[in-house]
Formats: sequence, structure tokens, C-alpha cells
Amino acid sequence: MSEFRGRIEAAIPALRRYARALTRDTETADDIVQDTLVRALRSEHLFQGGDVRAWLYTILTNLNRNRLRTLSRRPSISPIKDGDASTSGPESGGRDIGRALDELAEDQRSALLLVVLEGLTYREVAEIQGVPIGTIMSRLARARMQIKAYLDGERPALRRVK
Amino acid sequence: MTDQDRTITQDELHAYVDGELPGERLAAIEAWLAAHPEDAALVATWRNQAELIRARFGAISNEALPERLSLTRLAQSRRRSVAVIATAAVLAAFVVGGIVGWMARGAEAATRSDLDLFTADAIEAYRLYAVEVRHPVEVPGDQRPHLVEWLSKRLGLQLRAPDLDKIGLKLVGGRLLPGPTGPSAFFMYEGPSGERFTLYCGRTADRETALRYTAGDQNGAYYWVDQNLAYVLSGPAEREKLYTIAQAAYDQIDTRTPPRGG
Repeated sequence: MSEFRGRIEAAIPALRRYARALTRDTETADDIVQDTLVRALRSEHLFQGGDVRAWLYTILTNLNRNRLRTLSRRPSISPIKDGDASTSGPESGGRDIGRALDELAEDQRSALLLVVLEGLTYREVAEIQGVPIGTIMSRLARARMQIKAYLDGERPALRRVK
Repeated sequence: MTDQDRTITQDELHAYVDGELPGERLAAIEAWLAAHPEDAALVATWRNQAELIRARFGAISNEALPERLSLTRLAQSRRRSVAVIATAAVLAAFVVGGIVGWMARGAEAATRSDLDLFTADAIEAYRLYAVEVRHPVEVPGDQRPHLVEWLSKRLGLQLRAPDLDKIGLKLVGGRLLPGPTGPSAFFMYEGPSGERFTLYCGRTADRETALRYTAGDQNGAYYWVDQNLAYVLSGPAEREKLYTIAQAAYDQIDTRTPPRGG
């Protein structure tokens, strides 16, 4: 196996983790990971060095954003969630972190998960999302503020644009 | 506010939690937090959120991988189509035969009506199909000769297409779509990170026009008319990027010396 493929393979478990947290559905998450891998293999000859892992996160993030846009135009189809809230014990007074993440705007959720769960740097996340670092920081700030409000029991806020 | 340094910003508090703070600011932050219990509570809250997220999802990376995510298997199923992609890269000559020379066309005003209609339809088609994961096209890029022949026949004009390989864009495939003047051809390209661009073209009686840019909230398009064909290149609203693609298409296909400064 080439070094390139070796690096892709090493990233798969983390990609699954990120995708699952993003989509909160095992099948959907694995669909997206599979699609990410297929695209990565397809583009193998285009890869010009650099960080394979960050590149894979970029593909996955784009695919999920595309998926959500499609869903938003088909209101009859809603994503199926993990049975988390109903099956696992309530955290933080009946509101759990999974649901709190669901309430976030996609870019905020993605930024927070890439930093907190995947351990990427602000700079890496900025490149993945294609925005300046300052934007990443404001996404993190809003995400954290909203999660706090949610877990503290406030009504789920509408996605606010400040 | 008894801080020796300067006020600590919220951004710095986030950076502190995420381990992004420059080392020389650590002492200042810790002194600040000791003196500002509200900020200390905020930091504790954020750390707790991170712990909840890691506790909830962290273990997923230890799960056994399902068979369908085996890279070896995915690579094998790919090998069959690799020949096809190589062919596509070589063949790439299709839609934009007519693109030649548009770059420096004078700003002669064409009737805007057809172009406006084309642009609206093209952007709508982009929005509709660029997000498709599994069925973005009717005929995949690996059946390129068939795709071009079929669409040319339906439009009644020989189509050509740019090979955008050199700027990292692969042909995904194409579709036949209804357009303002009859059948329209629709080609989709994709970059290494999954970003997509589409080229939409149909017959027009409009006069040739220079390249024009139009943009909505999220999507943008360059459109032009050349030799009885209207073209619309659509993608995310990044003007420079779209222009680069148009330029690449032009440079690659042009066999004449492009008129400069005209």
C-alpha cells in the first residue's frame, strides 16, 4: 500500500467519529465517510503533498454541507438521529450534548467538533472551512454560548446571526 | 481590574481552553481567571462541554470498521474505473469549442433576454444537481464519447468541453436538461475537495457577448455567448475561482491567438 493510502487508512476511524458526531446517524455517517474515501482515492494523483488528514476532513465537511442543503430543500425527509436522547441517560438535566449539537448551525457544529473532538488547530479548521481564523473563533464562541444556553435549560434558540 | 497586562479578551479565553494561546500569555490569563470568577466559570463550562463531547463520541474511533469502509476493497472496486478516468483526462475535449475568443470580445450589447433566462436555468440546475451525492449526472464522465455524442445530437450542434484536469477538476458527467430555447447540455466538474462546478449550454440566437459575472447569495456564474451557443459556468460564489476556471477552459481550447486589449 502506498504511503498516501496508508495515511488515508490511518484516518478512517477518526473520520467516522467526526462524521457520526456531525450527522448523529451511523448509516449516514458511514455513507459520507465512504464517499469521502472514494473521492480521495479518485483524486490520489491530484494530491500535491501536505496534510492528508486535513484534506480528508475538508472533503467530508463539504459532503455533509451538500447533504444538508439537499435535505433543506426536501422538507419531507428529515435526518434520522441516533436513539441517543431516548435511550441513553439524560445528561445535564434531561438535555444532552448530542441534542445541544443538533441545535447548532452546521458551520458552528463542524468548527467545534474539529477543534474539540478531532483536536485540530484553529488554522487547520480555518483551511478546512475556507474562512479566516477570526471566523472560526466566532463560530466557536457562538457554538459554546448556545450549547451553554441549551444545557442550562433555555428554550432552544433559533440560529442567530449576530 | 488589577491586571498587570491588559484586558483578557473572550477570544483569548477560547484559545486558552483549546490550547492555542501563545505561551507568554498563559501567566496573564491564569492571573486574570483567579481574579475574575465569572470568566473562570465560563472557562470551566467550555471545558465541561468539550468533555461531554469527547465522552459521547470519542469511543467511536475504536469501533471495528464495517466492510464497506475497507480501503483495500474500495480501491479494488475503483481499479475497474481507473482506465475510464484516464481516458476522460485525455479525451476532455468537449463542450467549449465555442469558447474560443470570448475573453476579449468587445462589450457589444446582446439582447439580455436569452442570457438572463439561460443564467437562471443554469444556476437552478447547478443548485439542484451539485449537491447530489449519488446521482449527480445521467451519464457518468467515464462514458465521455457517448455523452458528448448524445448531447451534441440532441442540441443539433457539435459540442466540445474543456479539459479542466490541470486545475484539478474532473468531469463527473453530464445531463440533458430542458432549457429556454430547447434542449440544453449540462456538464459537471469536481475538485479534489468535492467542490463542484457546472457548465450549461444551449442554442441561442443572441449575438456574441463578453464574459459576464452574476452572483446570488451562495452561487455565482460566468456567462457568455459564442457561435450560437450560450454558456453558463456556475459554482460557489467565488468570482476569482470561477474566472480561473473560465480562463483555464479558454487557454486550453483556444487554437487561435487570443486578441489582446481589444
